[in-house]
Amino acid sequence: MKKLSKNLKLLSIAAVASFFSVTAPTASAEETIKVGVLHSLSGTMAISETTLKDTMLMLIEEQNKKGGLLGKKLEPVVVDPASNWPLFAEKARELLTKDKVAAIFGCWTSVSRKSVLPVVEELNGLLFYPVQYEGEESSKNVFYTGAAPNQQAIPAVDYLMNDFGAERWVLAGTDYVYPRTTNKILEAYLKSKGVDEKDIMINYTPFGHSDWQSIVSDIKKFGSAGKKTAVVSTINGDANIPFYKELGNQGISAEDIPVVAFSVGEEELSGIDTKPLVGHLAAWNYFMSVDTTKNAAFIKQWHEFIKNPKRVTNDPMEAHYIGFNMWVKAVEKAGTIDPDAVQKAIIGVEAPNLTGGISKMLPNHHITKPVLIGEIQDNGQFLTVWQTNKLVPGDAWSDFLPESKPIIADWTPPILCGNFNTETKKCSGQNY
Amino acid sequence: MKANSFKWRMSLLALIMLCIRPSIALDEPADGSAQFNSENQKVSKQQAETVLDPFADALSRLLIGSMKDREQAIEHLSVTGHPRSLPILEALLDGRLYALRDKKTAVVATESGQDYRIADASTEADLGLVERSELSKVNITNSLRTKLRKKISILQLQSDDASVRLFAVNAMVKTADAKTLELLKEYESTETDEDVLSSMRLIFALNDLQNSDKSVRLNAMDTLKEYNSLEAYNRLSVLIEKDNAGNFIEADNEVRKKAQAALKKIDARLQFYNSVETVFFGLSLGAVLVLAAIGLAITFGVMGVINMAHGELMMLGAYTTYVMQQIMPNHIGLSVILAIPAAFMISALVGVAIERGIIRFLYGRPLETLLATFGISLFLQQTVRSIFSPLNRSVTTPEWMSGSWQINDFLSLTWNRFYIVLFCLLVFAALLQILKKTRLGLEVRAVAQNRNMAKAMGIPTAQVDAMTFGLGSGIAGVAGVALSQITNVGPNLGQSYIVDSFMVVVFGGVGNLWGTLVAGFSLGIANKMLEPHAGAVLAKILVLVFIILFIQKRPRGLFPQKGRAAEA
Repeated sequence: MKKLSKNLKLLSIAAVASFFSVTAPTASAEETIKVGVLHSLSGTMAISETTLKDTMLMLIEEQNKKGGLLGKKLEPVVVDPASNWPLFAEKARELLTKDKVAAIFGCWTSVSRKSVLPVVEELNGLLFYPVQYEGEESSKNVFYTGAAPNQQAIPAVDYLMNDFGAERWVLAGTDYVYPRTTNKILEAYLKSKGVDEKDIMINYTPFGHSDWQSIVSDIKKFGSAGKKTAVVSTINGDANIPFYKELGNQGISAEDIPVVAFSVGEEELSGIDTKPLVGHLAAWNYFMSVDTTKNAAFIKQWHEFIKNPKRVTNDPMEAHYIGFNMWVKAVEKAGTIDPDAVQKAIIGVEAPNLTGGISKMLPNHHITKPVLIGEIQDNGQFLTVWQTNKLVPGDAWSDFLPESKPIIADWTPPILCGNFNTETKKCSGQNY
Repeated sequence: MKANSFKWRMSLLALIMLCIRPSIALDEPADGSAQFNSENQKVSKQQAETVLDPFADALSRLLIGSMKDREQAIEHLSVTGHPRSLPILEALLDGRLYALRDKKTAVVATESGQDYRIADASTEADLGLVERSELSKVNITNSLRTKLRKKISILQLQSDDASVRLFAVNAMVKTADAKTLELLKEYESTETDEDVLSSMRLIFALNDLQNSDKSVRLNAMDTLKEYNSLEAYNRLSVLIEKDNAGNFIEADNEVRKKAQAALKKIDARLQFYNSVETVFFGLSLGAVLVLAAIGLAITFGVMGVINMAHGELMMLGAYTTYVMQQIMPNHIGLSVILAIPAAFMISALVGVAIERGIIRFLYGRPLETLLATFGISLFLQQTVRSIFSPLNRSVTTPEWMSGSWQINDFLSLTWNRFYIVLFCLLVFAALLQILKKTRLGLEVRAVAQNRNMAKAMGIPTAQVDAMTFGLGSGIAGVAGVALSQITNVGPNLGQSYIVDSFMVVVFGGVGNLWGTLVAGFSLGIANKMLEPHAGAVLAKILVLVFIILFIQKRPRGLFPQKGRAAEA
């Protein structure tokens, strides 16, 4: 879900950004614990990230109702990095030095995370990152509560291979880092499963691509060669709708050539004409339609908080829910908000997820999650058709890329490294 | 034992309710379980009463069962021979089959504004309008859809309508098994329609390819090579493939040779249709480019105003389509057609306002015009963000614009693109007529050629400027209506087209409408020819580089203006 800005006009919006940065009523630092919320509230990413800001406010409000943390009230500090990547770093620095927040919950795109990363490492802050991403990273100061590729992409491919029986693969993506890395991993994985080079078609398109005629026609030809074909889509944002529309118009149905998407969730589906998408698939770690009491309570709480019963919940919201609860537990366990103590305490901490399991923070700063595959329904919800029977531990460094195969991340002694080569027994020190 | 099965059913029902219709389940109060309970009792009673009627039994199982039950229910429904079986299965496939809240009555619902018009699935009796919350949809998965399609094809074979039978037979080409073959053989004797028979023969020939008798296989190939069928092409290709060790999979040399020859014949036709398809894709991309650029050809080409807000005027047109659909949700097709004049008016009015309010003070100062119109574009974007929210709006495509025109297995043209090419040509023709035949057109051309002379002849140039700008803007609005059918309607819609529009106008020759048309279509075709080889990203770059080089050689574009006006 790492969308890059295609909006040249952000600069002007950024100027207004400071206007939006809400600093909650001032209270002295002794009385409250500050929590930084670093999500874009303006610009291209505002659509997705504003929801996460609201989720954080809701979680903090609820924790305060329960009596706060360590006897103190939590105080959200909301800043607006305005979908502007360098501004993310600036705002993170501001949160850590000026507001002295105990933890930051934020970022959506990979590039925004990469721009915040040096800041949190330098100032020893804590960042909880809630979105599925391409992996190949593990920082001492970042906790990845979204899915790593082995928690979304690989199981989706497994499902198509085993349950649907796909033999030919189209890997279609938008042209930037997340799809390219994910597709690299998937290509290596497919080849390791004995898929022939000529049965894999890889295709990249620019951001906001809207003329899908020839690509869809190619997919159709590629898919009519007698073998079952599936499309794995890392197509991002806006470009999805014209893509699915073209699929429908050219008569490709979900039964013939299913498309499994990693970037289409409830939020993206709400308010659009879902007709051409029905039956296509998405892989996530959470669906709003999952039937558990925890999820029902969460949705109810969300509707009450946002005062709109039509709002949907989605996967990154759940990631924040898990991440926030893990942080709370770690702080309680450590008895302090000191980042070093929390980093030590949080490894091994367990918190319930909304799909009925208990997620656990792993030594590589990723968490365990279930993987769900759902079919899109015409009401914009997903019908779960497959799910892993166990929680899948997040793998920071993919085992399917030769260069990252021997590398592991482990932030517990004696390794204490985000990029440890198990062959040379050396820590490169480069965490990303 | 009974209690057990009852419990099982109850939990199953509750599970399905919760799983499948989460939004409804969530609306329900906490005492939902009690409701399930009583509901379930009713249902089981209902089942007990109707168990003698296989049709009603299958239908009720379809409503309340699990996916497995649904699969069986579909199976049963398809063999009952009940006249309503086929329409019910079709409704299920199209997602029009719902259950009333009580889970007893299956209804076929069609959207009608905010509400749904429902008809009893088994009796076709009209049950009036209900709210969405009264209905719960009968969900199916992809694997069920596949099975459904098969069953429906078989039922459709009995249709009186030859086109329905043809559709059914064509659907079987890929999946025909021994059972369907037998069935088809039966129907062949009674079939009179030539097209349906031809499709049946294709299926038989495909089957004969696997025959043990060599002469049958060779005969089948003779038949297959005349068909424009991808399936035939694939099956023949398999015959000449080699395995990993480099040996031919097909042992018989003669069969291989014949397959090769047949393939060659099909391939020639396939290549031909592929190039037709590429040209069509190019034309349709070109049509979009021309539509986007043609308004600019007037404001930029004729008036010399660099209007950066041109894209936003298109966006206004697209939003007009959205608003029109909101006003008349029951007449989607009509609303799109009415949106054309409405979008023209709105964008033209905004255009006139921009010209009168800002641009007229900036004539002769291109840099300032550029900055001012850039500001306007930001302003317009923010305005729609405030009114319509930053999220994309959904514009429904009318029925007659979705789907494709299946000419044969190798070539199908999508309707929406087809209409847009037509629409583009119509708009172009209309614009030419306006400029050539009307008084406004005459004055526009006069002012464009020599402003001072026109003024001296008594032409109110200021007024003409406003009208010209309005005309160009109105055309942009009309383009927006077309764009709303193929891309996202959102605040950023205009931005994606502004660069392309300038590119087309400059390439075609500033001030020349024909140049814009030719440039748009040739850029579209060039782009689509490159795309399969170079990929979408590189194709765009290559086209851009080409234009830059071209402009170096011919700075005035494809069709430069001639005469004194050009030098002025």
